[in-house]
This record gives sequence, structure tokens and C-alpha cells, in this order.
Amino acid sequence: MNNKIINWFRYASPQSFYPLAGRMVPWFWALTAAFGVVGLYISFFVAPTDAQQGEGYRIIFIHVPASWMSMFIYCVMAAWAGLGLIFNTRLSGMMASALAPTGALMAFLSLWTGALWGKPMWGAWWVWDARLTSELILFFLYIGFIALQSAIDDPRRADKAGAILALVGVVNIPIIYFSVKWWNTLHQGSTINLTKAPSMAQTMLWGMLLMALCFWMYSIAVALMRARAIILERETHTEWVKQLVEVKS
Amino acid sequence: MKSMLAIIRRDLLLAMRRKSEVLTALFFFMIVVSLFPLGIGPEPALLRKIAPGVLWVAALLATMLGLQRMFAPDHADGTLEQMALSPTPLGLLVGGKIAAHWLVSGLPLVLLAPVLGLQFDLDAGALGVLVVTLLVGTPLLSLIGAIGAALTLGIRGGGVLLSLLVLPLYVPALIFGAGAVDAHISGLGAGGHLSLLAALLALAVFFAPWATTAALRIALE
Repeated sequence: MNNKIINWFRYASPQSFYPLAGRMVPWFWALTAAFGVVGLYISFFVAPTDAQQGEGYRIIFIHVPASWMSMFIYCVMAAWAGLGLIFNTRLSGMMASALAPTGALMAFLSLWTGALWGKPMWGAWWVWDARLTSELILFFLYIGFIALQSAIDDPRRADKAGAILALVGVVNIPIIYFSVKWWNTLHQGSTINLTKAPSMAQTMLWGMLLMALCFWMYSIAVALMRARAIILERETHTEWVKQLVEVKS
Repeated sequence: MKSMLAIIRRDLLLAMRRKSEVLTALFFFMIVVSLFPLGIGPEPALLRKIAPGVLWVAALLATMLGLQRMFAPDHADGTLEQMALSPTPLGLLVGGKIAAHWLVSGLPLVLLAPVLGLQFDLDAGALGVLVVTLLVGTPLLSLIGAIGAALTLGIRGGGVLLSLLVLPLYVPALIFGAGAVDAHISGLGAGGHLSLLAALLALAVFFAPWATTAALRIALE
């Protein structure tokens, strides 16, 4: 019966996914390094100094990719969570919990670099701008997800409870974003407008895109490594894990 | 529908038998609200400005107090499993429990809020808007909170975890609720905010019992 070209569920089993992920990790690390070296070179040596912001603007090469990733990873996490609930696959839950710490890290990085950038540019570490506030709440959502999963001992229950939380969160993210946006515009005339970025030099854009790709590859590599660790941890009792070279030695 | 009403009646009866729990949350609300003028200073202009936010934040915290009790006692004595096995859809029964939670911990706040609002020198119109926002907003809090309560059911450290999960999700309710009163005070009219709050409530009425039911089934596995 099974004459489909690709059996999509083949890699849904931890046993077949583990070696696959192991083979993919070095490639993603290599891509991370390649994009990172070129991206950082462009960001620091090729991209021109900004007319208004001086050299300080260069922090956006870290800040913007981190913010993008923080939002994107939450969506990917929710997608894995949804898949896990639908197909009842163990790997989906593992992927979701493997992604969460990276997402939280990205949200934190984005807040932190934003503060470092904001001090010289706006004269304040923090303003209650809509984007900052919703990024902060996104960070709280990540922390909630991680805290819920770590509080539940049974990994299957942790996966499912986390999946529901991630889905509730992903429905709420746009609501939170727009509510914060309207709250901000109603309270005060927005003093800083982030959406109308001054037109960017071509090289700046390139630097940012390359850095975004670098962050992307890094996130995939780290998530795969973490997923492998989770698989080993949860499947210790199985025969195939005991047969693994790295476990035996 | 009949069993939903039965659940509401049962939960209300249970709450009446243990009045102290309900009253504790109510007094908590009053105390938190009264602390702000002590911390900030008694200038009427300032108090008028912060009143909607303070009352709303206090209401969020006060509804949080009762959330853990929404399912925990029923889970402990096995009632919840019987509910899950009953021919009535669990979602309806959960809806009944959420409604009971609102009647016990949300509605008293709505009734008490105008009295506390007087302490903050709000005028009659603003008080009216405040009551309406809380009337629309507190059921929303109970609905969202129910999801968190079901997810943290039977987990160690569930209480603190519950607030970590639920409070970020309360942000839109807080913004539109307090924003409506602010908009009324500044003469913009509260209609827009109230409509959005009501829209959120409609969304939550549809989705929250469903998500709560899914979370409960996981907890019962």
C-alpha cells in the first residue's frame, strides 16, 4: 500500500530522526559560520556610517534578526505544537520544547540590544513603545511555556499542555500586538516612529539579510542539537538508544 | 443546558458554604486599590488619572486568586473525572464552572468598583463606564484564566505558574478596559474600546471552554 514517493511520517519517529538530525547539524553550523562571517564583515566594514545615528546604528545587525527570529520561532513552535496535537507524534512535542529556549534567547537579545541602541539614540534605555512592549510580552509567553513544561514531570503531558499553551499564545500574539499599538497611540503621540525607517543603504540591507540568515541557521542547528539531546533523554530505555556509539562509549 | 445550570448552582452553593474564600478575594481587591493612594500621594488630579488602571490591575489580581480553585477541588475528589465521563459535553460543564467562577469572583468586583472609584474622585459618568468595562471584562478574565487553571491542574507550584501563564494573556483586556475609562475621561468616548473588549469576550466565549476542555482531558489522562 505504501507506494507514496515520500513517506512523510518516516522521520516522525525519534529513532529515524535522530541520525538524520545528527547529519544535518554540522551543515547548519557551517552555514551559520559562513553567513555570520560575511554578514559581520559587511555590517562592520562595508556598510557606511549612518548619517544620523553614527556608528551606533550597527547594533541593528544583531537586533533586527534577533527580533525576527523571536517572533518566527514562536510561530514555528506553535506549528509543531499543533502538529503534535493532531497526529499525536512524540517528535513534534520534542521539537517545540527544543525551540522554546532559543526563542526566549532571541526575545531577550532583541530587548537587550534594543536597550543598548535606545540609550544613545533616544536617550532612554526603555520606552513604552508598542514594539518593545509586545516583544516583552512575547518574552513572558516563552518563559511561561518553558516554566509550564518544566513543572510537569510526565513528558507526554508536558508536551500536550505546552502545545495548548503555545496555540493559545499564537492566537493572542496579534491581539496583544494590536492592543499594545492602540494603547500606545492613544496615550501619547508616538514620539519615536520605528515603522518609517529612513531609506537604507543597499549594503546595510545586505548585511542585515545575511545576519538574519546566520541567525536562522543558528536557530535550526541549536534546535536540532537540543532535540537530539531530548530524544536521548526520553528514549534512554529503548534498545536503539542503548546501541548508539555515543551512548555506549 | 440543564446540567450546565446544575453545575453553576452547585458551584455557587459550594462557594456560599465557604464564604471566607470569596470574601478574601474581595477584600484583597479593596486593599490593593487602597494601597495606591498611600504609595503615590493623595492629589485628586493624579488619582483620577491612575484610577482606571489601578482598579483594573487590582481586578486582574483579585480574579487570579480564585482561579486555582476552579478545578483543583473537583480534580482532587474525582468529580472532574465523572464530569469528563458524563454524556453531557465537557465543554458545557466547563462553561458552567467558568460562569460560576465569574459570579463568585467577578461580579462582586463589578459591584464594588464604583464605591472604590469614588475614593479616586471619579465622576458619575466615568464610574458608569468603569462598571460597564468590568462587566464585559471580568467574564473575559475568567474565561482566559480557566485555560491556565486547567493547564496547571495538579502541578507542583501551580499557583505561581498560573499567574505567569495567564497574566500576559490578560494584557489586551487590561488595555481596552482601562483604556475605555481613560478615553471617556479625556472626552474621546468609550465606544471603540468597549466594542473591542466585547469582541474579545465573544472570541473567548467560543474558544476558551474548548481549549480548557482539551487541557483538562490532558490533565486527566
